[in-house]
Amino acid sequence: MIGTTPATYAPEAVRKRLQGKRFDAKGFAFSACLLAALLITVTLLAVLLYDVINGGWSVLTSRPIEFLTGSLSSAAADAGIGQGLRGTFFIAVFVILVAFPIGIGAAIYLEEYAPSTRLTRLIDVNIRNLAGVPSVVYGLLGFAIFVKALGSFTGPDANGRTVISAGLTLAILVLPIVIITSAEAIRAVPDSLREAGFGVGATRWEVIRSHVLPYAGPGILTGTVLALARALGEAAPLILVGATTGFLSGGDSYNLASLQGRFTAMPMVIYNWTGRPQPGFETATAAAIVVLLAVVLVANATAILLRNRYEKRR
Amino acid sequence: MAPRPGESGVLSVESLKGAPGRFRKESAIRRVFFAAAATSILISALIVLSLAGEAWTFVTQVDYSSLWTDGWFPRRGMYDVKTIFVGSILVTIVAMFVAGPLGMGAAVYLSEYAKPRLRRTLKPILEILAGIPSVVLGFFALTWISPEIVQRLNPESSLFNLMAAGIGVGILTTPLVASIAEDAMRSVPQALREASYGMGARKVTTSTKVVIPAAVSGLVAAFIIGISRAIGETMVVAIAAGATGGSLFNLNVFEPGQTMTAAMASMAAGTDAVKGAGLTFQSLFFVGLLLFLITLLLNVSAGRFVRRVRQRY
Repeated sequence: MIGTTPATYAPEAVRKRLQGKRFDAKGFAFSACLLAALLITVTLLAVLLYDVINGGWSVLTSRPIEFLTGSLSSAAADAGIGQGLRGTFFIAVFVILVAFPIGIGAAIYLEEYAPSTRLTRLIDVNIRNLAGVPSVVYGLLGFAIFVKALGSFTGPDANGRTVISAGLTLAILVLPIVIITSAEAIRAVPDSLREAGFGVGATRWEVIRSHVLPYAGPGILTGTVLALARALGEAAPLILVGATTGFLSGGDSYNLASLQGRFTAMPMVIYNWTGRPQPGFETATAAAIVVLLAVVLVANATAILLRNRYEKRR
Repeated sequence: MAPRPGESGVLSVESLKGAPGRFRKESAIRRVFFAAAATSILISALIVLSLAGEAWTFVTQVDYSSLWTDGWFPRRGMYDVKTIFVGSILVTIVAMFVAGPLGMGAAVYLSEYAKPRLRRTLKPILEILAGIPSVVLGFFALTWISPEIVQRLNPESSLFNLMAAGIGVGILTTPLVASIAEDAMRSVPQALREASYGMGARKVTTSTKVVIPAAVSGLVAAFIIGISRAIGETMVVAIAAGATGGSLFNLNVFEPGQTMTAAMASMAAGTDAVKGAGLTFQSLFFVGLLLFLITLLLNVSAGRFVRRVRQRY
């Protein structure tokens, strides 16, 4: 044992003399409180996961296929989430097609091109403030802009309240997140890499394409996946752009013409079912939550693991 | 064509400039990226314009006596703004009583006490919690927090209540507060801690008397951003606080109530369009503008505090 060997005996004695022999009650209490705060948070997460998995298990095991592909119904025993999954799928498509290119492009401009002018600072401050705007306000924006603008383009009873409006609104909602995380990833690229490129005569774009983006790639990917997960879980903007809260005929087809019709999405299905008093909907809701959480948390966990892995390698 | 060094044997400035085609491509690409960055300004302008237009109609046309009544029932022309404003404040207070201690405690532990390995496991768990959709926490608040915590502490409480909604919002806000507070504490230079240990201070003294005061601006910013997030949170309140049609003025957190955000959601949900007596549609935008301005004010002031930490170290 270390403590008993003569060589370390003296420092131990010095430590005791310095600290006193008293038990450090204050320090122990402080660290116990801090650890408790952390453990309560982690426990709440565990209880939440247990609660929904336990609640939804019977539905997911007794009729998995019917539940995943079925339509909304007033009877909990027949209700399925096929239409919700379809809406969430198209929202993901719009976020990937709209928010990712614009967001990464804006991040490249801010980090690589932007001169240090007032306009640049304005854009920077503006993006940070946009990231803090409540999601329900973005819903209002989508309602005022996209729903009205697309009204003439949509099917007879949709009035612009389509998955296109919802997808564009959520793309705008996560755009600041994509920009901020991508800009951070680009900022982490060492300047020596850029200088090496300029040194052999490459233009700025050539340096960005062949040096900066490959190096910043994993970081950008992490940020974009986190942003996508955020978009898939948002419900408040969907309410405002008119996702169906009641029943929906159709809305489960994946062909492009169906984009003109009315829609719903996973978070809306959950919101809708939570408010239903009929028996059986609590388990159906829990099952729908398990499916949504599986999508969102798998995306999140992949992004976080990816980032930790690349951080460690550098 | 500029003379190439091989052609005339003279190397001039022209020959080092590169092909004009490359320059044209370069400036085109630059313009594309600038347009992407400028989109954010356009979005801000659109938010303000789309909110301000209808909100202005509301302000100019509303009967001012209907702004100070017994409750928020927009479909019946009762726009008592104080009902939903006070509802938002109550939920936020409850939420910060949860997110403040939990988030700050977790941040101090992760930054000062946790060994690197423990930190590597706990931090991702917090990040996963941050990724949980708010509808899920709404369901959890209604089906677990309300019956298992709130109604046990106060049996008089109704199933739908502001307390459960506030706790749910608090859980949702905790990872955000923890993450910003931890960033602030970790940006305090190691030399300050070492100086404190050198004076013979214990870990608890170092944390509370040196690190926390040094990072206090960042901690305040974390708290303010938490408040801003809590005020803007919609779904937890819409699900767990009840009062979907409207709400009477209410100061009791164990009763159903409505916040600004939930009021907006319930106006838009349920019917096929935002319809109702007179100015219901416009009141939606008025509340939205109010919410936008409040969160903007909070975020800007939090940004000031964050910059103060960055400038010092």
